[in-house]
Amino acid sequence: MTKTAIKKNAGKASSKNAFDVMSYLRHDLFPHFLCPGCGHGIALRALMWAIHELEIDKDRIAIVSGIGCSGRLGAYIDANTFHTTHGRPLAFAAGLKLARPDLEVIVITGDGDCLAIGGNHLIHACRRNLDITCMMLNNEVYGMTGGQVSPTTSEDRYTTTTPLGNTEAAFDACRLAEAAGAGFVGREVTVQTPTLKNLLKDAIAYNGFSFIEVISDCTEIYGRKNDLGNSPEMILSQKSQMRPNSYGGVIVDEPFRPNALPTGVLSTNARPEYGETYRNAMASAKRKK
Amino acid sequence: MTKATHQQNLQGNHACALAAVAAGCRFYAGYPITPSSEVAERMSLELPRVGGTFVQMEDEIASMGAVLGASMGGIKAMTATSGPGFSLKQENIGYGVMAEVPCVIVNVMRGGPSTGMPTRPAQGDVMQARWGMHGGYQIIVLAPASVSEVYGQTVRAFNLAERLRTPVVVLIDEVIGHLVETVRIPDPGGLDIQQRNWAAVAAGEYQPYAAGDDMVPAMARPGDGYRAHTTGLTHDESGFPTQDPETVERVSRRLLGKFEHHRAQIDQFEELQTRDAEILIVAYGISARAARRAVREARSKGIKAGLFRPITIWPFPQQALTKAAKKAKRILVPEMNAGQIVLEVERVAGRGRVKGINRIDGQAVTPSDILEAIGTGD
Repeated sequence: MTKTAIKKNAGKASSKNAFDVMSYLRHDLFPHFLCPGCGHGIALRALMWAIHELEIDKDRIAIVSGIGCSGRLGAYIDANTFHTTHGRPLAFAAGLKLARPDLEVIVITGDGDCLAIGGNHLIHACRRNLDITCMMLNNEVYGMTGGQVSPTTSEDRYTTTTPLGNTEAAFDACRLAEAAGAGFVGREVTVQTPTLKNLLKDAIAYNGFSFIEVISDCTEIYGRKNDLGNSPEMILSQKSQMRPNSYGGVIVDEPFRPNALPTGVLSTNARPEYGETYRNAMASAKRKK
Repeated sequence: MTKATHQQNLQGNHACALAAVAAGCRFYAGYPITPSSEVAERMSLELPRVGGTFVQMEDEIASMGAVLGASMGGIKAMTATSGPGFSLKQENIGYGVMAEVPCVIVNVMRGGPSTGMPTRPAQGDVMQARWGMHGGYQIIVLAPASVSEVYGQTVRAFNLAERLRTPVVVLIDEVIGHLVETVRIPDPGGLDIQQRNWAAVAAGEYQPYAAGDDMVPAMARPGDGYRAHTTGLTHDESGFPTQDPETVERVSRRLLGKFEHHRAQIDQFEELQTRDAEILIVAYGISARAARRAVREARSKGIKAGLFRPITIWPFPQQALTKAAKKAKRILVPEMNAGQIVLEVERVAGRGRVKGINRIDGQAVTPSDILEAIGTGD
């Protein structure tokens, strides 16, 4: 399926068939490994929903993930799935996309995977601008290893390696991605699932590198440690800490919520997709010879 | 009559690049590092000519990741590096071993540890090539001794990688990487090229890691309808993770056993006057060339010297060495390190008669270093 066809579907409200998430998942591994209340499952559903509405052939989808809770999601998706090494899914994805431009390459990563051990790959993936969609699940913690501090852990929060409260500052991954030249950057909370689905649709349809930060929640470990309540309480408080960008830049609540993070499409940077640029440049150099 | 080959004067690193392309490599990802950079430079020129892709990644780890990604996409892929970069690549090479992703890693060796001597030769990565990763595994490591052999062994590295679904390491000495020699390049049709065994059964019947008698599973190409799962976690035949002891034992045994099963194809060595050799030199790479000269000179003085040269250094050709060392009273092992392959020679031939000749000064072992150890009286 061509990018143009996918783009056309992105504009449509929804496809003919009703969305059934189970038809996009492998059932072999059920029951799944996610903790009760984890936001990652909602993000997975939103991603499958986006793929459904874009009507992308499952055989053409390549899911590349790293290590951590986010990395395990790929195994549940009925597509070509690659569970790679810690921090490196964007590097594997770059090779895969360059070798197989016909595949729709989607990276599922986490805040530790993408911003700590894999931070360099994120910067260069944004700069290189290959047609890859990167969905980073930010739950502010290393959940799989037992709840250690991550590059996005909020200040003063308790984790198993910040028993006296986090003293480091958190990354704003979207501003990082924008500065590094990502073509399409957005952020959404899991509780706004249809909006997240639409954001992912636009990201996948975008011909270039797109970075979507999904604010997820780790209720069992991070939430419990910081007394953030149960899952509904956590995701509703996340929502209240966000400011949808669709307000058109009119920030009426600025004085009251100085730390609110914007959600929605945060930046676009229309520039040529790298794989096409490379192939065209090499072909024209060959012709000149 | 058409010539089956043509001759070209080539630097070892360039020969490596040309051989890779001839072997069907269509993807290269790398990061600049002395003394291997010419491999990348040549690939950046050659690959576009054949519709391939070259990419210089942001670091050594990323380039290994990209190589694996491209190979999992179905394209023959390679990278080249040197000591520090080889260290950085180890974890991802391990992924290639575990997930059985064919690829070629060229390591043009330099002095170490750490930054060491980037422009000086050394053979210090022999043990790292074998044991550099965590966990228990088998790996194929080839050590060519001339520019011509760099060409042949690079082609062979791709063939073995594809045949056994595994990363293959080519260890090139800095001296050979930068040495210019005449290479007879076979015409494209004259090369024996191994293609990947692609899954061809019905999608419902496909088990990504179920192997037949040859112990190497057929690989699923993305887009062919199999929608397989690939992971570095220990997995069963379905490709999904498992911790069931019986299954883990079974799949681990196959992963290790496929190398022994294909041993005849993997082993390669050269013997020079070993039949009656009382002094046997065991050497690889550039050190073997000094040894060849030393053997010739010793023979001219009536000393029964011989050379055993492993070309595939891992897995170590122990059977062949045992045979070659039958009559040897002394076994000398010249290496440009403090003693690495000598440990393997001792294991095979017994400690008593084995002695290392070690240069760790950034210089190649010379014939006179070896002749001195032989004790020719000069």
